[in-house]
Amino acid sequence: MANVISDETMEYVGILAKLELSEEEKKQAKHDMEKMLDYIDKLNELDTSEVEPMSHIFPVQNVFREDIVVNGDGVSNLLENAPESKNNGLVVPMTTIQ
Amino acid sequence: MSKEYETVIGLEVHVELATKTKIFCGCSTAFGSASNTHTCPVCTGQPGSLPVLNKQVVEYAIAVGLATNCEITQYCKFDRKNYFYPDNPQNYQISQLYLPICRNGNVEIETEKGKKSVGIHEIHMEEDAGKLIHDDWEDCSFVDFNRSGVPLIEIVSEPDMRSAEEVIAYLDKLKTTIQYLGASDCKLQEGSMRADVNLSIREVGTKEFGTRTEMKNLNSFKAIARAIEGERERQIDLLESGEKIIQETRRWDDVKGESYAMRSKEDAQDYRYFPEPDLVPIVISDAWLTEIKNRQPEFREEKMKRYQKEYDIPEYDISIITATKRMADIFEETVSLGANPKKVSNWLMVETMRLLKEQEIEPEDLHFSSKNLAKLIALTESKAINSTVAKEVFEKIFEEDIDPEKYVEEKGLKTVNDEGALRHTIEKVIAENPQSVEDYHKGKKKAIGFLVGQTMKEMKGKADPGMVNQILQELL
Repeated sequence: MANVISDETMEYVGILAKLELSEEEKKQAKHDMEKMLDYIDKLNELDTSEVEPMSHIFPVQNVFREDIVVNGDGVSNLLENAPESKNNGLVVPMTTIQ
Repeated sequence: MSKEYETVIGLEVHVELATKTKIFCGCSTAFGSASNTHTCPVCTGQPGSLPVLNKQVVEYAIAVGLATNCEITQYCKFDRKNYFYPDNPQNYQISQLYLPICRNGNVEIETEKGKKSVGIHEIHMEEDAGKLIHDDWEDCSFVDFNRSGVPLIEIVSEPDMRSAEEVIAYLDKLKTTIQYLGASDCKLQEGSMRADVNLSIREVGTKEFGTRTEMKNLNSFKAIARAIEGERERQIDLLESGEKIIQETRRWDDVKGESYAMRSKEDAQDYRYFPEPDLVPIVISDAWLTEIKNRQPEFREEKMKRYQKEYDIPEYDISIITATKRMADIFEETVSLGANPKKVSNWLMVETMRLLKEQEIEPEDLHFSSKNLAKLIALTESKAINSTVAKEVFEKIFEEDIDPEKYVEEKGLKTVNDEGALRHTIEKVIAENPQSVEDYHKGKKKAIGFLVGQTMKEMKGKADPGMVNQILQELL
């Protein structure tokens, strides 16, 4: 494999994803990510100097909505899927940083 | 000898747009409803849901950009900003990084030191996050997604400001401009306008910028001024004691008057932006731009100039009246109904300002109609009511927007113009107050004031003081 992911990068990606991985999982994730990067390398073999960067496949632009309220009360649909709720709110662990 | 430092400040201002619906779905943006009642699969990040852009958001953003002398990016796109937080249901925020809708603008501000231009780096459109309500007792938080997807524009300034005074002048300028456009009500206290302050210090004369910090949670002009002063002092203390300033986000506690670091090293910011694949590009044609340009309102500066030309009212009054669009609208509508501009200005400058202050109401929340103010002015002009009664009636208009003609009629507040009745009352007052009459004849001219007062009391305030004075002097 051409690409090597360092332990520090693995640690950092874990922090960003807010995941705590076991040593075994880290090893597996490292292997998977290296494979992904190798695949990207393959794409890099193509000459794209003449190709404009693209973010959309379809030649469509300006898809808009008018500013009119069409949705009603969605609270019951939302809470149906919530593991826990109280007073119309979804209950999550206390989060105070931001 | 201690060194002299210069404060360098740039601002990130978030403004909630006054659309009826959210930026990417047809949910209402109404404020103050029960938690999660304005939600749908789009604004709660359900798998498979797709965003569709609200056209009004684009139009407001362009209008604000034009008003702040920005270049409009005629081909613009959205990007995803990735981060994990419970108020962000998609685990990304749809925002703009690579092609923000407006760039390279500026606004002119005026402080005691004179006029100055503050650069605007960019304005971009994005969605607001939900709201977390913390429950310390149960040790958990509740998520409310009513605010999730409410449209925002973020106005990023250049680091052009040097003092709290300049920052406040800049914010005030943005607020007035955006309110005039009707694009937002811009209330700091209610969070429809939020300012983050980026601040660094450097020795006077240096060209390089120092390390900056970002201050959040500033919800009044006073808090902003205090936070700037506090952060400047904190950074100077660090440098003077040989320590380093760390680039970090800090949260201002206005009650304690101090700030603390919000994010630790583990919360490193790395948003991994990439183009939003669910939204197609926006192409703003010249025709569309012209259409929006033609719809721009008369802004404060132009209004001030026009008032100076058209109305004979002091410059100070003009600046107060035009400070909010609401007040300027009331002024113009009342004048157009035939009221004397000077009189309208007086009612706004004296009684309206007094009641606003007493009741702690913002001028933009004035809810009385111009029609009723015009009627009140007509009643005073025709001397149908005197000034004391007029003030009393105005308070009713201010609070409940009553029809003054009806009110005066119902409460019997009309000035008594029946000279016979007035003469009769005055004769009675003179007979009952021989001491004052004597004082008056001895040369104590002030005694007449007392007699006028007594007459007004007898008449329950419904007499014309000028007329009372005249008859009194005649009878004495």
